[in-house]
Amino acid sequence: MKIHKFIFLFLILFSFNSLNASEDELKKNITKNLRCLVCQGQSVYDSDSEFAVSLKLVVENKIQQGLTEDQIYKFLTDKYGDWILYDPKFNKNTYLLWFLPLLILFLGGAIIAKKLIKFKK
Amino acid sequence: MKKRIISFLIIVTFIFTFVIFYKGLNKSSFYEPKSEIKEIPKFLSKSFFSKEEIESQKLFDENKFYLFNIWASWCVPCRDEHPILVALSKNKNLNLIGLNYKDKITNAEKFLNELGNPYKEILIDQDGTRAIEWGAFGVPETFIIYNNKIVKKFIGPLNENSIKEIEQIIQ
Repeated sequence: MKIHKFIFLFLILFSFNSLNASEDELKKNITKNLRCLVCQGQSVYDSDSEFAVSLKLVVENKIQQGLTEDQIYKFLTDKYGDWILYDPKFNKNTYLLWFLPLLILFLGGAIIAKKLIKFKK
Repeated sequence: MKKRIISFLIIVTFIFTFVIFYKGLNKSSFYEPKSEIKEIPKFLSKSFFSKEEIESQKLFDENKFYLFNIWASWCVPCRDEHPILVALSKNKNLNLIGLNYKDKITNAEKFLNELGNPYKEILIDQDGTRAIEWGAFGVPETFIIYNNKIVKKFIGPLNENSIKEIEQIIQ
């Protein structure tokens, strides 16, 4: 009987820990992707400014309310704009940001290919 | 011919870089978030005076102008702008509501006793989460509200120009 109680207790403790760990991990991932608006070049995760401390609390509350990562980003970009995200989502304002490196890569590739063909001839 | 093209390209690159850097010199490095919130955010908060929980949306009536001000007794610019708020509170068309941000109640009371209380109601934001609901990132910040919508937002302390702007809005 004692062993049963022990196993039961162990299972409860174990399950609680894993839940908290995953929530903590989510909070860490989200706050690392948020720019601290009042500090220079720091993420919310790294910063201890008043703004960052409150924002960490808000993210924690939203996770506990059951919001997903994307819903939390949406909530924050509605209030602070895309600038708050280090990894901005793809939309009409950011398509150039996402496609420009690819475009430059293709352009560079085309120039190199042209040179190579010329060189071979 | 080739030399000419190269020197032309160098000059163009130089001018292009110069213009970009010159423009960058004039650009402010201070970023103001482009908030897209137009509606009053929903949240619960304790009242500074009655200590009762108040729903944020119940504070604002339709067809009335409100000035919502985020302040703290430890914030020096708030001390500077306080006389402006006291002056604005004399305007009958405008109702002032404060959000006391991360402050000690005793210090906030001292601040109001010393400089006067322009607010009809003050909400307490002990952990700073309510200010985030408003899209604020510091103190002071001021919002003008009409018909449950945010009409105008001021980041930083109010000044003579902002008074004129506010008076134009509430006319």
